[in-house]
Order: sequence, then structure tokens, then C-alpha cells
Amino acid sequence: MTDATSAGAAPRPARSSSILEQDARTRKRNAAESRFKMYGIAAIGIGIFFLCVLLFAIVRNGIPAFTQTFITAEIALPGDRLDKTGNRDPEEMAKVSTFGYKPVIVDGLVRALEDAGIEIPFEDKADVEKMISAAAPAQVRDTVLANPELVGQTVEFRFLASSRVDGYEKGRVTRGDLARDKNLDAEHLDVVDAMKDAGMLERTFNWDFIFGADASESRPEQAGIGVAMLGSFFMMLVVLALALPIGVAASIYLEEFAPKNRWTDLIEVNISNLAAVPSIVFGILGLAVFIQIAHLPQSAPLVGGLVLTLMTLPTVIISTRASLKAVPPSIRDAALGVGASKMQSTFHHVLPLAMPGILTGTIIGLAQALGETAPLLLIGMVGYIASNYPDGVVSGFMDPNSAMPAQIYEWAKRADPAYYERAWGGIIILLCFLMTMNIIAIILRRRFERRW
Amino acid sequence: MYDSPKAEAKLDQKEIKIAAEGVQVFYGDTHAIKDVNVQIEDKTVTAFIGPSGCGKSTFLRCLNRMNDTIDSCRVEGNIRLDGEDIYDKRVDPVQLRAKVGMVFQKPNPFPKSIYDNIAYGPRIHGLAKNKADLDDIVERALKRGAIWNEVKDRLHAPGTGLSGGQQQRLCIARAVATEPEVLLMDEPCSALDPIATGQVEELIDELRENYSVVIVTHSMQQAARVSQKTAFFHLGNLVEYGETGQIFTKPQDPRTESYITGRIG
Ligand SMILES: Nc1ncnc2c1ncn2[C@@H]1O[C@H](COP(=O)(O)OP(=O)(O)O)[C@@H](O)[C@H]1O
Ligand SMILES: [Mg+2]
Repeated sequence: MTDATSAGAAPRPARSSSILEQDARTRKRNAAESRFKMYGIAAIGIGIFFLCVLLFAIVRNGIPAFTQTFITAEIALPGDRLDKTGNRDPEEMAKVSTFGYKPVIVDGLVRALEDAGIEIPFEDKADVEKMISAAAPAQVRDTVLANPELVGQTVEFRFLASSRVDGYEKGRVTRGDLARDKNLDAEHLDVVDAMKDAGMLERTFNWDFIFGADASESRPEQAGIGVAMLGSFFMMLVVLALALPIGVAASIYLEEFAPKNRWTDLIEVNISNLAAVPSIVFGILGLAVFIQIAHLPQSAPLVGGLVLTLMTLPTVIISTRASLKAVPPSIRDAALGVGASKMQSTFHHVLPLAMPGILTGTIIGLAQALGETAPLLLIGMVGYIASNYPDGVVSGFMDPNSAMPAQIYEWAKRADPAYYERAWGGIIILLCFLMTMNIIAIILRRRFERRW
Repeated sequence: MYDSPKAEAKLDQKEIKIAAEGVQVFYGDTHAIKDVNVQIEDKTVTAFIGPSGCGKSTFLRCLNRMNDTIDSCRVEGNIRLDGEDIYDKRVDPVQLRAKVGMVFQKPNPFPKSIYDNIAYGPRIHGLAKNKADLDDIVERALKRGAIWNEVKDRLHAPGTGLSGGQQQRLCIARAVATEPEVLLMDEPCSALDPIATGQVEELIDELRENYSVVIVTHSMQQAARVSQKTAFFHLGNLVEYGETGQIFTKPQDPRTESYITGRIG
């Protein structure tokens, strides 16, 4: 017995190497692995770096858009100029245009400056109007027409400062810049500084940027993104109402019911192709089909929504099919095995399990549609159009409007740097919406998945 | 010579539940089942044995038309349930599957509560008139599935939270709950440990009182333990079919003999 054991052990080679020390091959392998990890970390680092730069740039450039400089002044509203007949008849008073109000404001402002002991350094005192927004006359006129009894009194008004003054307050405009600028002179800035000391001028948060309407090219200080936001909202309603049911129905049919043959293969390939079609193609398709053939109103959120639906459908279909595919076939067998019909098996068992994926896909698709600009340009949902709130739900769908990304594009296109700042601000709002949608997608996913 | 008339007499005692004649199954160009004739008796456990890939599952799935869900699958021949052709144009496979229940290889409870797992079938078939009725059906099914004692205190806990063996018994209970006449089981124990297997086998033996049970198994011992009749499949052919005892002790066909003695498989 002992012989046998020793005989068996003898031919076995001596211990080849110790596992306590690494041989050359292992070292090489480990080096390769740690090199690869380094590449990965570097790649992630670069990604995070660019993300940070992007966020920093957006916040830095966009935050000023949320505040605005205002000038407060008491303005005398002389009856002889604003209501010549003297009987306070709003219809008569409406004959005085904003041009008639301009001198009233200039006089009031000059008086206010003198009262505050601020010296006006320029020859033509009417130049004070350069410091306030071109929207001021309309503001006073609207107030007076709404309250005719104010005529003859002295009323305190809070005017938007002109975009140059606002830019100076925000550090965007310097005295050096004004040498080449006919909209404002360096002397005005002395007055601005003095007004600030006297408490007539202040920079505060500007809700009108978030909720207001777009303004003309010459009044950037007045422009807001609110109406375009509504336009986006109505478009998203259209997309949600169409893309979700159509997309889910199409996916369920293709995934659960359709026979697998050449035709369904063809459809499948084409849906994937559709997802890769540039969005501007959908825009021109929408222009041709919905506006030129179907004669739907131009620039309407309804048409925008239809175009974006075309764009979102492939996304919804692809993600829905993926989540249906992910439901284990054994669940379908189980349902069929107890005598459920195909439809019962699909709707009672498969669809609920696929729901988180479907919802996530839909919300991601909606978020894509929300940020889409190019197709909207082609159907005219851009430009100085979003200047009025829609009157109701129907008008919300049918009246010309813009959308947030199109509004941002429009602002970025305008010459005035004040608009450039608003474009960044608009991007912050758009990103907030997108982030909210993504968070909702995550929450929905968690909620539905936590059931088991 | 003396034995066979006796065996035939025994055969005649029980009713024929399912009769298959000249069944051929194709998956595209693959000829998976070749001219199978078999008569499955009521209140009997019939085992299908044979090497892997010989077509046991395919044939089993023909019996409740589960093969309909596979696009490439084509079935020829004639399968009768109580004398009625189940591949007749007028037959709705959904109605058929309520009569011919199925238990799968991998336990596949719905990701719902234990109660809902059992109640689902009776609900969609309208077997219960009210809540109390349904509770009754669920309790009876779970008892017949020999799992009542283990789950009666947590009927509303998820069915997926049970152990593998419990899940499989839950699936059997679920199949039983719709009051089928035939129960098809495709390797019901292959994912279970020996103890759970023993419990399921015991259960199958009890089910024989009420149902015609067809069980596919790759374990010859299991076939010998639970079945009264055994069919041996090989390369898509039904090689031999008869009393289980006879198949295992005196196989007629050399292929059966080599399989049960372990030479093919
Ligand atoms: N869905 C299918 N598509 C194509 N061929 C299949 C399919 N299912 C089974 N087969 C083929 O049919 C034959 C029988 O398979 P199966 O019935 O699963 O055998 P078993 O259950 O006896 O192991 C095998 O050759 C298998 O490859
Ligand atoms: Mg099988």
C-alpha cells in the first residue's frame, strides 16, 4: 500500500510554480486590465468634464435672463394731453396713440430725476427715454385706458429699463461698448448709477420671462417664453394622445399577433429606418401633407403635434416592442395553458409587465419631441408669433404659436445680445422640463417595477 | 401468448380519452413527429419517454394545440378528444385548452399573488358566481395541488416568492382550478430537487383519480414510479407503447431495450 502511493507520487512533476508570485503572463494580463480600466475612467472623466462645462456655460449665460432691471418713477398724467375733450370717455382717449404718451413719460421722468436731485448731463433732456423700454408708452396707455380716472393725477409706474441699461446692470454692457452704440451714451450710465443710489432703479426676478409672451426685435427686455411654453404643451398633448395609443397598438400587434413573414419583416425594417430619418424630413412632410393638402392652419400646435407624432412613433414602437420582447415567453405559455385567449394573455399578463418599459419609452420619445426644432421651422412655428396667449383650448391647438426650442432658436438668431441672453435662459427652462420628464420616467419605472 | 389477452382485457376496461392517428408534425422542413398512433386512457397516468429531441414535447403540445403559437409548426393527422377532432376548423383552441390543461417544465407562476394565480383561470372562464365561490375554488385547487397547508396563511403573497417545488405545485393547482379533463405535464420535475420531485409525483398519483394525466419525463425511474402506461419515442417515431411494467421489464423493440438499459439516450 505504501509502495503504491510512493510509486504514484514519483512521476508527478515537482511543484511548477508558486501561486504566491505572479508569473509573466499574469502580470501582463493584469497590466492590460488596469490599462483598460484607466481608459474607461479617462473616458468617463472627459464626458463629465464636458457636461460640467456645458452646464456651467448654460447657467452662467442663462441666469441673468431671469432678472430684469426696472425703473420706478412718478408720472404726472396731464389731462390736456391725454384727454383733450375732458369727459374721460375711454373711446375718445383711445385716439391718443402711444406716440402721445412718450412726451408725458419723458416729462415725468425728467421731473422725477430732478426731484431726486440727479443731474441730467445731456443737452436734449428727451434722451432720458433711451433708458426705459420702448414698451413703456404702451404700458402707461393701457393703464390709463383701463382706469380713466387716473388722468390728472400723478401715478407711480414701474417701467422696464431698456435692454442697454439692463445689460449695464448685468455687466454685459460697458462704458467702452457705448462709444459705438447709438442706443445709449456713457452719460446715461452716470444717471443710471445715480438712480440706483436713489432707489429708483433696481434689478429683480422677472416672472414675465417665464410666463410672458415674445416681443418685437427692438424690445428684448419685454420678451418671455410663456406663450411658446403653452405651444409646446399643446403639441405634447397631441403627441401623447396619438403616439402612445397608435404606437402601443402597433407594437402589440406586431409583437404578439402578427405572423412572422416577409411582410412583417419589411414593416419592422421600415420602422427602424423611420427612427433614423432626419427630423427636418418629417417637417417638410408635415408641410406638404397637413398644411398644403389637408389645409390645416399654418404655425398651429396641432400641426406641430402631428409632425412630432410621426417622429415619436418609431421611438414608441421600438421601445414598446423591446419591453414586450423582454417579458418571458413562459408567462404567455402559462396564460394560454389555463385557457386564456391570446388577447387575454396579452392584456392581463404581458402588457402590465411591459408597462414600465412602455412608459419610459414614451416619455423619452416625448422629451425628444419637446426638444425638436427643425420640423417646426418648416411648418412656421417660429418667429414673432408667440405674442399673445391663446384664448382657450381650441385656440391653443389651432392658433399660430411657437414652441420652446423654436423660440430659443428665434432669439438666438436676433441681433441684440440681450436676446442672446434670453436664448440661454430659455434653454435653462427647456432643460428643466426635460429633466422633470426624465425623473417622471424613472419614478414611474420604479413604481411599476416595485410591485414584485 | 397467455398474457396478452389479459392485458387487452385490462386495456378495454378504461375509456379512451385521446386518440391520435397518423400524426405528423413539421417545423418548417424538420419532420419532428412521424406517423404517431396512440390511445391515451382516462384516469390513467401516461408517460412519454425517450432521448432528448425525439419529439416528446412536440407531441404533447399537439394534444392541446399549444403548437399553434409556433408559426413554423404544421400538424397533420387526426387527434380526437372524446371522439371529437381537436384540429377541426370549428374548434377554438382556447376552449380546448380549458379542457386540456398544461403544466410546463419550468415553474411559471404569474407575477401575482398566490390567490390570483389560481383564480385567474376560473375568472376568465366564468366558473365562479361570486367571491365566496371563487374562494372555494381556490381552496379546493390548492388542496388538490397539495400545497394548501403551506400557503393558506399567505394567499396574497406573490406566487413568485415560493420555492421551486412549491411554485410547480402552484402551477399544477392553477391548471387543476379550471376543471380540465386532461392534464399535460412537460417534464414537470426537471427543475426540482428530489424532495420536491417526490411531492409532485405523489400529487400526480392522486390526480389520476379524476384526470387523464400525460407526463413527459426524461427520467425512466420517474416514468416507472408514476405511470401506468408508457410510450417510448425515438427520432420522432413512437417505437413502443404499452403497460409501464411491460415496457420496463419486457420491451418488444430492441430500441426500447437499449434505451432503458442506457445504451441510447
Ligand atoms: N419551435 C421549434 N422550431 C423548430 N424546431 C423545433 C421547435 N421545437 C422543437 N423543434 C425540433 O423538434 C424536435 C423535437 O423536439 P422536442 O419535441 O422539443 O423534443 P423533446 O421534448 O423530446 O426533447 C427536435 O429536433 C427539435 O429541434
Ligand atoms: Mg422537451
